Amino acid sequence: MKLAYWMYAGPAHIGTLRIASSFKNVHAIMHAPLGDDYFNVMRSMLERKRDFTPVTASVVDRHVLARGSQEKVVNNISRKDKEEKPDLVVLTPTCTSSILQEDLQNFVNRASIEAQADVLLADVNHYRVNEMQAADRTLEQIVQFYIKKAQKSNQLDINKTDEPSVNIIGSFNLAFHNQHDIAELKRLMFDLNIKINTIIPEGTSVQQLKDLPKAWFNLVPYREIGLLTAKYLKEKFQIPFIDITPMGIIETASCIRKMQYILNDKKVNVNFEKYIDIQTRFLSQSAWFSRSIDCQNLTGKKAIVFGDSTHAAAMTKILTREMGISVVWAGTYCKYDKSWFEKEIGDLCEEIIITDDHNLIGDLIAKVEPAVIFGTQMERHVAKRLNIPCGVISAPVHIQNFPLSYRPFLGYEGANQIADLIYNSFTLGMEDHLLEIFGGHDTKEVLSPTLSVNNTPFEITWNLEAQSELKKIPGFVRGKIKRNTEKFAQKKQLKTITLEVMYAAKEAIS
Amino acid sequence: MNIKQSINNVNLKEKLTFNCETGNYHTFCPISCVAWLYQKIEDSFFLVIGTKTCGYFLQNALGVMIFAEPRYAMAELEEGDISAQLNDYEELKRLCLQIKQDRNPSVIFWIGTCTTEIIKMDLEGIAPKLEAEISLPIIVARANGLDYAFTQGEDTVLAALAQRPNLKNSECLQKQEINNYDYVEHLPLILFGSIPDPVVNQLTLELKKQGIYVSGWLPSRRYMELPQIYEGNYVCGVNPYLSRTATTLMRRRKCKLIGAPFPIGPDGTRAWLEKICTILKIQPIGLKEREDEIWNKMFNYISLIKGKSVFFMGDNLLEISLARFLLRAGMIIFEIGIPYMDKRYQGAELELLQKTCKEKKVPLPIIIEKPDNYNQVDRIRDIRPDLVITGMAHANPLEARGINTKWSVEFTFAQIHGFTNAIEILELVTRPLRRNQKLQKISSQQYTDRR
Repeated sequence: MKLAYWMYAGPAHIGTLRIASSFKNVHAIMHAPLGDDYFNVMRSMLERKRDFTPVTASVVDRHVLARGSQEKVVNNISRKDKEEKPDLVVLTPTCTSSILQEDLQNFVNRASIEAQADVLLADVNHYRVNEMQAADRTLEQIVQFYIKKAQKSNQLDINKTDEPSVNIIGSFNLAFHNQHDIAELKRLMFDLNIKINTIIPEGTSVQQLKDLPKAWFNLVPYREIGLLTAKYLKEKFQIPFIDITPMGIIETASCIRKMQYILNDKKVNVNFEKYIDIQTRFLSQSAWFSRSIDCQNLTGKKAIVFGDSTHAAAMTKILTREMGISVVWAGTYCKYDKSWFEKEIGDLCEEIIITDDHNLIGDLIAKVEPAVIFGTQMERHVAKRLNIPCGVISAPVHIQNFPLSYRPFLGYEGANQIADLIYNSFTLGMEDHLLEIFGGHDTKEVLSPTLSVNNTPFEITWNLEAQSELKKIPGFVRGKIKRNTEKFAQKKQLKTITLEVMYAAKEAIS
Repeated sequence: MNIKQSINNVNLKEKLTFNCETGNYHTFCPISCVAWLYQKIEDSFFLVIGTKTCGYFLQNALGVMIFAEPRYAMAELEEGDISAQLNDYEELKRLCLQIKQDRNPSVIFWIGTCTTEIIKMDLEGIAPKLEAEISLPIIVARANGLDYAFTQGEDTVLAALAQRPNLKNSECLQKQEINNYDYVEHLPLILFGSIPDPVVNQLTLELKKQGIYVSGWLPSRRYMELPQIYEGNYVCGVNPYLSRTATTLMRRRKCKLIGAPFPIGPDGTRAWLEKICTILKIQPIGLKEREDEIWNKMFNYISLIKGKSVFFMGDNLLEISLARFLLRAGMIIFEIGIPYMDKRYQGAELELLQKTCKEKKVPLPIIIEKPDNYNQVDRIRDIRPDLVITGMAHANPLEARGINTKWSVEFTFAQIHGFTNAIEILELVTRPLRRNQKLQKISSQQYTDRR
């Protein structure tokens, strides 16, 4: 047993559901007790989705515990098959079903005889993998399934497209600034004259998966989800893949150079150097920005970085190589990806922290006292408590990290966004610091709503009970309630405010 | 003929119809009760013994609260715990000692989950032994998704609290005030249900006006202040989802239950007070005036909702009381979905619902236990109600289809009890209507193609 207050990565089934619900017309059925379908809430609230989340539960209750699921799962699958007519139904095991050890594969086999849709059992073990690993595996599993299916029916077309083309593997819901990143990548491909073959899984139909081998190469922007699929496609069809995250000016350039290398290797003569140069010096502002006078102030400032391995590594590279900020330590909660992380940024920061214990991270931040933190929502809260400015660079995130406006982290526009994020974190910190030195804003307690003092005809006192009740009211409305109650007491000529008076005042006003 | 007309055409039936569907509905897991209970019981610590799935739910559903150094945590089960390679007793002892050292609570609640049920971890058996060893009370509640929905979690915790023998040290606290001349002499009355402290004070004052002394609340603000419960005491619930607690108080503590409608809405509050008065043989005073006064105050809100229709998808068991109040306020109810319906515990509330329908001359709504959300969405498309009260999984998709929604969870967290707070309920109910009135100038109602 582990005492845990908070976790960076969710349980395995969340990863599977994220993949399934990203595809078009795929329905996921969870084998789970009542209340485990909170994934629907997350998707509907965080992403503000307009459609019903295509996830339902085959509810595990007392009866299932006693007698097994029997026909229930099969019936639920065929019911959804009729109601929604999905292309694919993914049966998703949860922590509960993995201890029940029912033969879910058997249900899948039985259901697929009847159903029009394909039926798959997600191959994830709740106690061995987390959200991201499960998502990675599920994506690979679905791709494999449809490649094999197309092979069997001789529908697999492995001829390359006429013009250079790419598959982008890494577009899903509930991911950090993902929609914007994908739009930015599309723009980049357009600029480089590379056609987009498919983008998976978000918004793609499973029927399109058989076209994957037609692409010249694959791009995996985030290493947490998509690498398994890219490796499978490489092994099976010799499709090369790029796993350099184009985040920051330098990494974007090396990602583009890798594309150039692959294309030249396939006898298309391209040279992207000029494009890289123009983008870096003129279209993106971030390279110039870090040379400008303002950014001199940032030199040698202490920062710490924490997040998933993709974002934490990329951010560390940007801070040290592009901004001249020293990263005291950088870390990731993707423990399984330790060796890659160490290899990437080992020489860019003083220390590397690999942990998923948010308490340890909090303590380490407090010990180092950095000038700025780049982390997840958890680090933002730690920062708030310690009064250190913080920029959010990685999941897990809140609703404010699903912005409506265009906010990519990848590509050249992404570099601009990140430069703003970094700079704004620092100025806020500086401003705060100056305020403290000069005694802060107006700190006097405001007693009356007007600027001049109005005459109180007689003294009003609060009795003890009422005082303690007043203290329980949240700070930001307490003043208003105090004033309103006193106004009410004045009107009623009451000298002492008791609990009764307080509630009477509340009723009178509301 | 569509369903709307057919409902209108049905003669005013005398009896309520109860249906039961498949139970494929969205609700919160009952472990969510720790969110409000750890705030209510200030010296407690809640330990949820479950998996990452439970933890992720708490962290996501309760959002910001997690960062305020809450007095709750997960005992996250690992593979070794599931396969019994690790000893439950030793593991729990280790964690509880750590909690004792870090937070020094007066009581630790163990919240059992689906996983502890399935692997049959004997929490009730381990607790007394460990309690003696670490000298800290441990209370076990099985608030799991196999058996319960959302607010029923509180019921399991309060039922476990009700079973505890009286605490010795809280005795002196109670006796002091009783000789006060403000009160009529009557048998002790204990109220049960977790509501915020201001609301506790408000309801206590309402009873004081009738000369009724409240001997205690279950739960109290601190564990050490739990009320003394004796055989023959009167008990009365303030929330409609507390049937196990009521049963425990009656059977184990030999208390007498006052079966009343719940103090939600001015009509409910009045009926609740009147019922308590009647049982304690007290002539209620000034309640009608008080109720009228509140209704008058809500006039503006009521004119907004009069004649509008509501559909409860059902997820928190407050549905019957809320529907009854909204009917009285002039709304039309098509369907009341509810996870679980205890017809005995909610008897008086159901009776008041029937009475309200009769007086308002509207047909009785259909009550659907264990609803099926898919079918419900179908019915919502047919009826097109003016307001759907639903969980967050369905709210945005329904809004995109031009249907006004209100998140049901807000009713659980807002202060809705008593005369004072009736207006809060209408504030919540009318919010989508008021908001959408303001947005009318944006042309289309529909923001998605209908699939």
